[in-house]
Amino acid sequence: MASDQAKATKRSKRGVPEGLWQRCPGCKRVIFGKEAEKRLGVCPECGHHFYLSAKDRINQLLDSGTFTEWDAHLRPTDPLEFRDKKAYVDRLQAEQKRTGLSDAAITGSGMIRARRVAIGVTDSAFIMGSMGSVVGERLARLVERATKDDLPVIIVSGSGGGARMHEGMLSLMQMAKVSAALARHDQHGGLFISVQTNPTMGGVAASFAALGDVVFAEPEALIGFAGPRTIEATIRVELPKGFQTSEFQLEHGFVDRIVPRNKLKSEIARVIDYCGK
Amino acid sequence: MDTMHPGLAFEQPIYDLIVARQELEKLPEIPATVEDEIRRLRREEAEITKRIYGNLTPWQTVQVARHKNRPHTSDYLSLVCEEFVELHGDRRFGDDRALITGFAKIDNAKILIVGHQKGKTYKERSACFFGCAHPEGYRKALAKMKFAAKFGMPVVCLIDTPGAYPGVGAEERGQSQAIAENMYEMSRLRTPIICVVIGEGGSGGALGIGVGDNIAMLQHAYYSVISPEGCAGILWKSHEFAEQAATALRFTSKDLPGLGVVDDVIEEPLGGAHRDQHQMATRLKAYLSKSLRQLREKPLDELLEARYQKFRRMGVFLDNGKA
Ligand SMILES: [Zn+2]
Repeated sequence: MASDQAKATKRSKRGVPEGLWQRCPGCKRVIFGKEAEKRLGVCPECGHHFYLSAKDRINQLLDSGTFTEWDAHLRPTDPLEFRDKKAYVDRLQAEQKRTGLSDAAITGSGMIRARRVAIGVTDSAFIMGSMGSVVGERLARLVERATKDDLPVIIVSGSGGGARMHEGMLSLMQMAKVSAALARHDQHGGLFISVQTNPTMGGVAASFAALGDVVFAEPEALIGFAGPRTIEATIRVELPKGFQTSEFQLEHGFVDRIVPRNKLKSEIARVIDYCGK
Repeated sequence: MDTMHPGLAFEQPIYDLIVARQELEKLPEIPATVEDEIRRLRREEAEITKRIYGNLTPWQTVQVARHKNRPHTSDYLSLVCEEFVELHGDRRFGDDRALITGFAKIDNAKILIVGHQKGKTYKERSACFFGCAHPEGYRKALAKMKFAAKFGMPVVCLIDTPGAYPGVGAEERGQSQAIAENMYEMSRLRTPIICVVIGEGGSGGALGIGVGDNIAMLQHAYYSVISPEGCAGILWKSHEFAEQAATALRFTSKDLPGLGVVDDVIEEPLGGAHRDQHQMATRLKAYLSKSLRQLREKPLDELLEARYQKFRRMGVFLDNGKA
């Protein structure tokens, strides 16, 4: 399910360019890094949405100082003793060091414009934002706790990798696990808002990200099941322009609203109010 | 076994013995010494088959799971079920030939069967995209499963797919959403569900009909998060490392019960299901009959709680340093 990695390269992978002046991958203009940062990681010239870390996302979405992290103590391990060119344990360590995260998702609770929510964010920088056991467990615990406390669930997905190959079938099964928890949340009348960001692919796209009562997407994100390279290799025709973008998903009926980053907080709050949560 | 079509390279020693035996059996008159030799060759064939099949590497398992003579859903429909009444179409877009659904009877128990279909001839195989379903296949499966639950029929899912179809139409019609919704609804569908991986359990395409009360796999089936070729392409940067990827992914029936992903393994006839379809079907039928009886005895609320907890427990991680 892990989709191929090439597709994300054309869309910005590295986030707001560090350093003073950088070229925006959207408009190719040279922009001032601080300017984009001030605009929540959006290009001041063309509106291109740069990669945002899970921590920055939480800071942007939640009222200042209201976030409490849940299940931060969970740590990934290596049940398969998986080794490709590199051992999975070494890869984990390297990714943890590089990103400052213990795994690809942060979950917890906080306020969005004074409305309490349970929130999970996946970070596409940690092994492609792929879902292994820790991501699945954190999200399942998040949803179960939200069901119990009658909190709206917000999950912001960013994952180019889908299910994490290095944990084999245990990863694939996280799709079923989180989906089942969301089904129970639904059964109890709980609200779930899914926010798809660049990229949302494979097993993440094909599980919780698709299951929102409301599905939002950031503009021009790559969203789909199979990676564009896989599709091209299978059908051997060039893919149509705009294929698997947020706008494509909206046109085909799988996204309710495309919401630019600066509107995300208020749009989430509004849905919560409409649903009376 | 048809010696005209020796299938897999690692089976060569078995074929050599069969050819030698058949040469002797062709003799117009068979003296007693030759009869002894024929018996000896049969014994040796059984022993070698046992040795080879008892120690298949993960990559060899993949070859067996994809063997062209391996029984497919269509074979089991005729060998396991007394009757099959196909129900077509998802009422939304079309009728996906890669996933077939319908009423069936097993030992007179009325059930709904959902199964991937790979096809035999080239024409059939391309009509069902080699067993790769589109969103309409998953939506058809869900619609029929809901229908079955309404009338108290248990569901049996036969999984045999390289993966969900990667194509433009599949994306336009929401492959992700279709698979997600199936897992979501199957986790709470109020009727017993038995899932059996009969050949290839390819990723999300398999899991899209893979949530249930009993998860089983045939001995030489495999069930994987990604195809070994795909994994090799991404992590080793070359499909040539598929064999290494197959080993690393731990997707055989020897691995998955220990990881808590599969409940039951159904033993295959000596030399694989493709060697003896009838015997394989008999064993599958026995498993299904028994499971159906057991699951029907459980109150539905209990069944659904156990189904939820089964998937809820999946995953290995450290919680305060403990696995
Ligand atoms: Zn720009």
